[in-house]
Amino acid sequence: MRAVRKSSTRTTYSAGSTSAGLFPERELRQIIERVLRLAKSTEADETEVHVDEADESLTRFANNAIHQNVAEHGLTVSVRTVVDGRTARATTNRVDEDSLRGAIDASLSLAHSQPKDPRLLPVPGKQRYRKVERFARPTATLTPEDRARAVRRACDLAVKRGQVAAGIFASGQSQTAMGNSRGLFAAYRETHAEFSITMQEQPAASWAKANAADVRDFDPQQLAERASEKAHRATNAQELAPGRYTVILEPSAVLDIVGFLFYDFAATAVADKRSCLNDRMGKQVFGKNISVVDDAYHPLQLGAPFDGEGMPRQQVLLVDRGVPRNLVYSRASAKLAKKKPTGHGFMLPNEYGEAPVNLVFSGGDSSLEKMIASTERGLLVTRLWYIREVDPYEKIMTGMTRDGLFLVEKGKVGTAVRNFRFNQSLLEMLQNVELLGPAVRATGEEAFEMVVPAMKVRDFHFSEVTKF
Amino acid sequence: MWDISTHALDTARLRGAKYADVRVMHLRQRDLTTKNGQVGTLAQSESIGLGIRVLASGAWGFASTDRMTREGVSACAAQAVSIAKASAIAKRKEVVMAPEEAYVDSWQSPFRKDPFEIPLETQLALLLAADAEMRRVKGVTLTETDLQFRKIDSWFASSIGSRIHQRKMISGCGIVATSFQGDEIQKRSYPNSFGGQHALQGYELVESLELLKHAPRVAEEAVALHAAAQCPQKTGTLILGGSQLGLQIHESVGHPIELDRVLGEEANFAGTSFLTLDKLNKLRYGSDIVNVVADARLDHGPGLGSFAYDDEGVPAQCTDIIKAGEFRGYLSNRETAHLVGLKRSSGTMRTESWNRLPIIRMTNISLLPGTWHSDDLIADTDDGILMDTNRSWSIDDRRYQFQFSTEVGWEIKNGKKTRMLKNPSYSGITTEFWNSCDAICNVDEWVLWGTPNCGKGQPMQTMGTGHGAAPSRFRNIHIGAAFSKS
Repeated sequence: MRAVRKSSTRTTYSAGSTSAGLFPERELRQIIERVLRLAKSTEADETEVHVDEADESLTRFANNAIHQNVAEHGLTVSVRTVVDGRTARATTNRVDEDSLRGAIDASLSLAHSQPKDPRLLPVPGKQRYRKVERFARPTATLTPEDRARAVRRACDLAVKRGQVAAGIFASGQSQTAMGNSRGLFAAYRETHAEFSITMQEQPAASWAKANAADVRDFDPQQLAERASEKAHRATNAQELAPGRYTVILEPSAVLDIVGFLFYDFAATAVADKRSCLNDRMGKQVFGKNISVVDDAYHPLQLGAPFDGEGMPRQQVLLVDRGVPRNLVYSRASAKLAKKKPTGHGFMLPNEYGEAPVNLVFSGGDSSLEKMIASTERGLLVTRLWYIREVDPYEKIMTGMTRDGLFLVEKGKVGTAVRNFRFNQSLLEMLQNVELLGPAVRATGEEAFEMVVPAMKVRDFHFSEVTKF
Repeated sequence: MWDISTHALDTARLRGAKYADVRVMHLRQRDLTTKNGQVGTLAQSESIGLGIRVLASGAWGFASTDRMTREGVSACAAQAVSIAKASAIAKRKEVVMAPEEAYVDSWQSPFRKDPFEIPLETQLALLLAADAEMRRVKGVTLTETDLQFRKIDSWFASSIGSRIHQRKMISGCGIVATSFQGDEIQKRSYPNSFGGQHALQGYELVESLELLKHAPRVAEEAVALHAAAQCPQKTGTLILGGSQLGLQIHESVGHPIELDRVLGEEANFAGTSFLTLDKLNKLRYGSDIVNVVADARLDHGPGLGSFAYDDEGVPAQCTDIIKAGEFRGYLSNRETAHLVGLKRSSGTMRTESWNRLPIIRMTNISLLPGTWHSDDLIADTDDGILMDTNRSWSIDDRRYQFQFSTEVGWEIKNGKKTRMLKNPSYSGITTEFWNSCDAICNVDEWVLWGTPNCGKGQPMQTMGTGHGAAPSRFRNIHIGAAFSKS
């Protein structure tokens, strides 16, 4: 699951692309300037424009063959006007002058329909941004043939081993630019690639996935090998009784469950009293081995160095040795709390405020191998699935294990185990972490990518068992 | 739009496609929300573009573009063919498509009041009034309301000669009151949680739901939950309200009958299904009174799964899924129909937008009404729990084991609805659950619920589905596991 930048181990692909690609940044800037110019002749007091463009491809395979293979190009222009203390947004994907004028008019019409908002802030002026480089040409030029050949190799491996492969190989590039009538301009572009595979050996299955800006940072065949080997080990699963177990959570499993904590660190969520951190800030909520920072500049993170209002993203220490210390703020929530904005605001107008989106957990000096070796009896969890919040304040989460659950006994990985349903408080879980591995860029299906370690956790609560 | 579609089809054919279909779509959406008496989101969007799916070298390719010039569409069609040829690098067998007629038609979902023509001030005034009503109740700490409207035009053209224009009008609304007190957060929603009720209707849906009338009750119940008794952990009798039963149908019937899941095409993401092909016409899915259909026809009601044609150009149909408890049918498309012995697709290919490939989707998956009246159902229950309005949902990747929790529960003792219970939940195994159903309320209490947020596919697509349900009773259900400690 990790994406380590080592040029010597990089996968190679042919150069060349059949996609339309992205417009140069100057063309996005021209669209923004055209909207600002058009808005000047309206009653808008202020105007903000976002232009987002995506050029994405995804090759999907199942039953050892490609069954879906898609590409898309899209560009949207989103206009927010402010008139007499009121604001609203209108979005279009057409860039001719009539359509842009139509978006401005629609935004103004929406804005007029509401009462004046005394808390509405003026749009921010020019900002300075830290440079981040997350555009890899080998990803941008990846062809359908490149993806198909990699898929073919993975499928051939499955056929050779009597297994059935399913998954995706996706690649793409996107950019966002924003500007406003006070002279702010920000732009960012990135590439992203992802390979995910499930290997099925009836009645079992296992899974591996990686995601990075540079497609050469992971090897699809290595992921296919890992999933294949684990699927083979996962056959003949035995049924264990539900109860509390020591679990060793691989990074994807950690990511997908702790991902449900991120919005609780929004100042707006706390102000709305829907965060589990209400009345808990500054207290020893998690174990002393848990520290979390939101850091858009971490080398394993992706994403723009500015937020939906154009404010530069700040690094924010959210949890310091188990104690929630700071929240993230939009400009509005910062003003209410008499704090500085942290560059985590969503595009306005919205009711949710802000959220940290580049979470980085501190790791430890253990490893999956050491965790297994130190475990008398426990379970090794590949991934968690269909996680939902049962109790928002105690942060009880439910979900299933999936694609490889193994019994660990006397320091060794043993037989596969039938999948369990868990009902586990996330607060309690993060008090019960015994060991942490190195923090890696993890990817799952329930939360966006984060930098998290593998964790060994005691007393994880499994409430029921399923049929496989 | 037909010119540009025909141009795309011609380009695909010249590039070597043996079959192609094109969707030009124009989507318009308006979102209004309030929070604590203030306007939250106030936004409108529109999007227009073209997506083309082609079969070339015996494999599929799909490309989409928002560049709606002849040059842009030519490039997009050529790209789709080139992608299909690349797909053939990892091909195992030829695609076989069930035959289908060519249709030339135009259809519009019926509505009485165009929500895009209703003054914004009227819409916001309704939300702000409902918001204020909820805030009047002491102990409420967060109030939220929402309205959402969508107008979707699609022009479908295929190389077999179909030319189908459809226009759908979709409306949705809901209100939520939340209360934080002591060490718990409780909430109540109306008419349903996670965005309220949604249907293929105009503004008349919003008016019919009387948000203002229900706002005080919703707020009072949210606060009252703090003092309510904890739902016990036990095995017992469960009565589900219609909206919760709608989601139960969605998760434990609707998804497992999707033939792409059954065939392993979703194995890497959404998962597979316990309903393997050998179970068709053999499995006892539910008790004798359980009858479930997949019905996309407007006759079934203005559901989010109602249409005239699917996005593969196949007319809307009604398919038996469970008949008198027996498993009878899957959701299929033209490519998979023959695998279950069908001569024709059941018409369930749907796409979120012009930039997404149509995939097998639920239409309106509904539990047909029974014979009971809810008063009689409660009077007939000695000891049970009534649960209503979903709070969380989760099910395994083969759709066997599920757990749901709801916002509120009510204890039923000796035929009477008694005290309120907080934090209710129930869990079970799909077929055991449906076989334990012993009473379904009648058509007077049957509502076609809309689930607007069903996620499936890669890239992810969100789709609206319909689920007709009336309150129903289930015996020997595992209750309360979500809050158990051991």
